[in-house]
Amino acid sequence: MDAPAVSGTGKRSGAKRRVKDLLLDYQLYLMLMPALAVLLVFKYIPIYGALIAFKDYNLVEGVFGSEWVGLKHFHDLFQSDKFYEVFVNTLLINLYKLVFQFPIPIILALLINEVRSTFFKRFSQSVTYLPHFLSWVIVSAVFANLLSPTGGIVNELLGYFGIDPIMFMSDERFFRTVLVVSSAFRESGWSSIIYLAAIMAIDTQLYEAARIDGAGKLRQIWHITLPGIRSVIVFIIMLRLGAALANDLEQVLMFYSPMVYRVGDVLGTYVYRVGLGQMKYSFSTAVNLFQSVIGFVLIIVANTISKRYGDRGLW
Amino acid sequence: MKLKTSGEKVFDVVNVGLLSFIIVICLLPLLNIAAKSFSSDAYVLAGEVFIWPKGFSVNAYEIVLGSRRFWDSFGNTVFITIVGTALNTFLTILAGYALSRKRLKGQRLFMFLFIFTMLFNGGIIPTYLVVKEVGLLNSLWALIIPGLVAPFNMIIMRLYFFNIPDSMEESAKIDGASHFRILFSIMIPLAMPSIATISLFYAVEYWNNYFEALIYITNHERFPLQVFLREMISNASSADINNMDLMMNTAQESVRGATVVAATVPILLVYPFLQKYFVKGAMLGAVKQ
Repeated sequence: MDAPAVSGTGKRSGAKRRVKDLLLDYQLYLMLMPALAVLLVFKYIPIYGALIAFKDYNLVEGVFGSEWVGLKHFHDLFQSDKFYEVFVNTLLINLYKLVFQFPIPIILALLINEVRSTFFKRFSQSVTYLPHFLSWVIVSAVFANLLSPTGGIVNELLGYFGIDPIMFMSDERFFRTVLVVSSAFRESGWSSIIYLAAIMAIDTQLYEAARIDGAGKLRQIWHITLPGIRSVIVFIIMLRLGAALANDLEQVLMFYSPMVYRVGDVLGTYVYRVGLGQMKYSFSTAVNLFQSVIGFVLIIVANTISKRYGDRGLW
Repeated sequence: MKLKTSGEKVFDVVNVGLLSFIIVICLLPLLNIAAKSFSSDAYVLAGEVFIWPKGFSVNAYEIVLGSRRFWDSFGNTVFITIVGTALNTFLTILAGYALSRKRLKGQRLFMFLFIFTMLFNGGIIPTYLVVKEVGLLNSLWALIIPGLVAPFNMIIMRLYFFNIPDSMEESAKIDGASHFRILFSIMIPLAMPSIATISLFYAVEYWNNYFEALIYITNHERFPLQVFLREMISNASSADINNMDLMMNTAQESVRGATVVAATVPILLVYPFLQKYFVKGAMLGAVKQ
């Protein structure tokens, strides 16, 4: 393109090369195309579509043509007792999971790490990771079987102590417990991997030194292992706090029934029922948007904290 | 070399004891439901079946495996698992590779576009409306196409390509190879362990897919396995009318058990591979970032 006659051969081949590189680089954009197209259509258009939370969506007019109603749906939402109920349920279930379920993978990782026999170590890993690969449909069936009032192990066991069969899954007193326990059953093994990886990265010389100083196993765990995985623990806690409004939609869908809506209905299931069940598209999208926006803010805050106090951010 | 102190011996015993207890908790519920699936209904209803079948019977399996709808849904799931995994893996490789190249201009913007969708989404209904609008409702493709971009896996893939030494690429470039050529004949073979991990992630996700099918598919013939299982589990009698007399003599618990076993065996078959690659993949996502 530049006057080739005056420029030297080196420069000319440089220019030629640049053109050639550019031609080659278009392939990179070509590679990105399919993913970008899917992203645009199925991720970004729905984000635009979430505007129906501020409209009265009707099928004929579509997202674009429906009439604007401003904050009407949000107003309705904050007036509704049902909304507070599902909001509190979502927070509480996550809080219970954080308090009761969260320590289990750490304990499991500590236990697995201390096993000497390689075979038993492998075996315990294989067994505890397995439930993670079973769908919630399957896990809920396993729990329904376990907790069944007719011949389920748990109720048979309670029977020995003279306790009448309990309908755990449809009893408000036990429903959240069932969610936490089934979650722990499915995810504990799998979640322990990240801790196990962190433990294995700890310098073994620290343990040698502690041994020479006469520290027993428990003191080694307390003074070396746990501090050694502190940053991972902070990271996971932050991740969970950032997801305080998230919900395991499939899990709740599998376990709940109208009898336990009062304690078990969460934002996700509510959006699903009201949105697709009752066709209240705009209202349910308002609930969903509320959840997404708060969730987004929370995860940003969690990331900032994690970067400051742990030694890594969430991304 | 090391002499065990008595304290350490006690510690070892307690440690193995606790871990064994956890293992039992993991296995017991699964063994129990499997045992019930092979037991006759009297024992099941009396709560006498523990981890070994009593009054051996395969009635429950005749009901589940004899049902046309089981095989229909099984076929649908096999289809979405194979096609979905292939497409998802392919897109992940392409995008991951492109994003790993420093030569790609606007890389930061593209990364932002992908990562943002992990943190914020339009919600169930707006996504549903798009799927409906593009005419995918009631099509198995609705369970594949909207989920073709998985930013997390893409980032893992990108990192992997990013860490492959530049020298490999440079020499190929001097020989005049295009990006596609470099990707397919150099990068992909090098990244095979990572690709295997990611495709297994996808396969399990597709196999276990439930919610998307619940909202996008209403036609019974197109139900994937998990939706069928759910119906079978929550209400065994709706499964198949022609087996009614068999049904009457089989406890719902057994049918539920047989359903669970039939859906879990395929996962158990690939579990050894899963474990090998998944753990590696989970570490990859966890440790590096």
